[in-house]
Amino acid sequence: MANLTIKNLKKSFEATEILKGIDLEIKDNEFVVFVGPSGCGKSTLLRSIAGLEEVTSGHILLDHKEITDLAPAKRNLAMVFQSYALYPHMSVRKNMSFALELAKEKKDVINQKVAEAARILELEPLLDRKPKELSGGQRQRVAIGRAIVRQPKVFLFDEPLSNLDAALRVQMRLELARLHHDLNATMIYVTHDQVEAMTLADKVVVLRHGQIEQVGTPLELYRNPANRFVAGFLGMPKMSFLPGTVTALDASSVTVELTFGGSVTLPAAGEHLRRGSEVTVGVRPENIDLVDASEASLTGFMDIAENLGSDTYCYVKTDGQETLTVRMPGNFTCNYGDRIGLQLHADECHLFDEHGNAIQKPTQMAA
Amino acid sequence: MKSTALNAGPASAAAEPMQDSRQGGIRKTSRINRFMVSPSVIVLALWMVVPLSMTIYFSLIRYNLLYPGDNEFVGLENFQFFVTDFGFMAGMSNTLLLVGSVLLITVVLGVLISLLVNQAFWGRGIVRILLISPFFIMPTVNALIWKNLLLHPVSGVFAAIWKFFGATPIDWFSEFPLFSIIMIVSWQWLPFAILLLMTALQSLDQEQQEAARLDGAGPCALFFHLTLPHLARPIAVVVMIETIFLLSIFAEIFTTTGGGPGYETTNLAYLIYSQALLQFDVGLASAGGLIAVVLANIAAFFLVRLIGKSLTEKQ
Repeated sequence: MANLTIKNLKKSFEATEILKGIDLEIKDNEFVVFVGPSGCGKSTLLRSIAGLEEVTSGHILLDHKEITDLAPAKRNLAMVFQSYALYPHMSVRKNMSFALELAKEKKDVINQKVAEAARILELEPLLDRKPKELSGGQRQRVAIGRAIVRQPKVFLFDEPLSNLDAALRVQMRLELARLHHDLNATMIYVTHDQVEAMTLADKVVVLRHGQIEQVGTPLELYRNPANRFVAGFLGMPKMSFLPGTVTALDASSVTVELTFGGSVTLPAAGEHLRRGSEVTVGVRPENIDLVDASEASLTGFMDIAENLGSDTYCYVKTDGQETLTVRMPGNFTCNYGDRIGLQLHADECHLFDEHGNAIQKPTQMAA
Repeated sequence: MKSTALNAGPASAAAEPMQDSRQGGIRKTSRINRFMVSPSVIVLALWMVVPLSMTIYFSLIRYNLLYPGDNEFVGLENFQFFVTDFGFMAGMSNTLLLVGSVLLITVVLGVLISLLVNQAFWGRGIVRILLISPFFIMPTVNALIWKNLLLHPVSGVFAAIWKFFGATPIDWFSEFPLFSIIMIVSWQWLPFAILLLMTALQSLDQEQQEAARLDGAGPCALFFHLTLPHLARPIAVVVMIETIFLLSIFAEIFTTTGGGPGYETTNLAYLIYSQALLQFDVGLASAGGLIAVVLANIAAFFLVRLIGKSLTEKQ
């Protein structure tokens, strides 16, 4: 069992407040990903959980036991660092057994645990090598092995894949997902890569400026972002935003007159909106169609088209100089500067009020 | 290893086709190169060969400045005299004691002090400069400061402290002569160790230490499992360089004890000096000098074998 509860956690370095009151509940066996732009406090939060940073105020509870001021070693957590932080003069075997030896475990228990971890991570042929004789991916696996042998209650990962090249990163991402499944362990993972967040997480925690913006499953966050920041942060390529004014509204829908042409009527429970309210419509690349300029009220010029083989991402500039990203099939072709019409899938659009907060869809309210 | 193999491949392949056309040119440039460097090589060779051969020659003849003209060949008699002289064994053991103790003190204290000043505290910059400063004081001045200001039995600082506590001041140079020399030399060389170890500590990986803390390592385990292995290389450098300089300590002895009382603070360098310039026996001193050269080479051989391995090893 490993339930981690964080209550009103605050951390400041002198005058700068890094964490401004974090409340979070992490359940047993969950894979939780902290994600956010650099400087949002996600690493600091992880290090506070590990005990490497002293917190200014607040509580961290592991299985209802206070660990806020406990020494790092006594918290029963294991951490994998971005730089791997392997002990350079120790062999792979010694790196993995170090914690157990310090804990004065029996020799045969240590050997058995190291052998088990080496088997899981396919490190058996490398056990007697030194870290400098290993490749990046192998070092990463040793760092994970060092965490596994301790059988901690919670695994902490601090951007563990960011030092690997793209191909290896994809492979290690899969291995991590498998590892979580096999070990059935609670894992907390920090990253700025939203692909890692979307693919690995049971629960994503989006942080900005030391505050939690939204918590939820990857799909929840993708489909129902709480605000403009979360909507823009998750999704690749990013969601496009169009300013507009509310022209009509009823209990289940809102009609928005877009500033630079066209209007959309989208399902939204805009109780606190009035006619004339300034709003923003957010639309993901897959929810726009390109049509002939004469068929649509919203038009723009084709800027750049990126062909990825399977898809083509078209960047279209509207008359208001906003860039909209549109996903088209891989065989789509067009020319730079073409006048093009844009058709939004109104049902899939997101609506944000003037503060950037999302206006929920009516079905969401009923549920 | 892998990287060198990879590098050698394309490099040698690229060099091969050029070899035929360039070979003549290469031979020409290498001849010019040799011609251009020859003046300095010749000067350096003369600089070494002339004194060495003169020393060997002097060591094989009777050559006492008090008996000019009486310079007949005596074979290895000088060497025999030098080795069987009572001062030789004393000089040998004093040299080893001096080098060994100073190495021990500077390395142990150097590690501890550099660990201490590696912590952040107010005024650390000034403390670091103060710690390094004794190294900039020339040996003679250093010895005089210790002799007249610190260790003097009447006016020294130590004597004042002893008197303050009601104890009888110690006459350091007559009661503990070799220990006094060791103190002075250690004070002089400690900054060197601190300087090297302090900079080495700054490159100690922070995340490794954090990982070890999470693994349950206390301060002692951190020191022995992470810090000390990290410092192995700089410690090796300190030991090598200090050994070279400590074998020839002279000024500190000359200005304080003059090798005495008796032979108690006479090391090999001082013994050779006293043979040549106090007893005017150049032949005997030359023999002693050659023995010292051989001893230094033996020491260098073992040091390089012991320590050189850790220096050449890739980290």
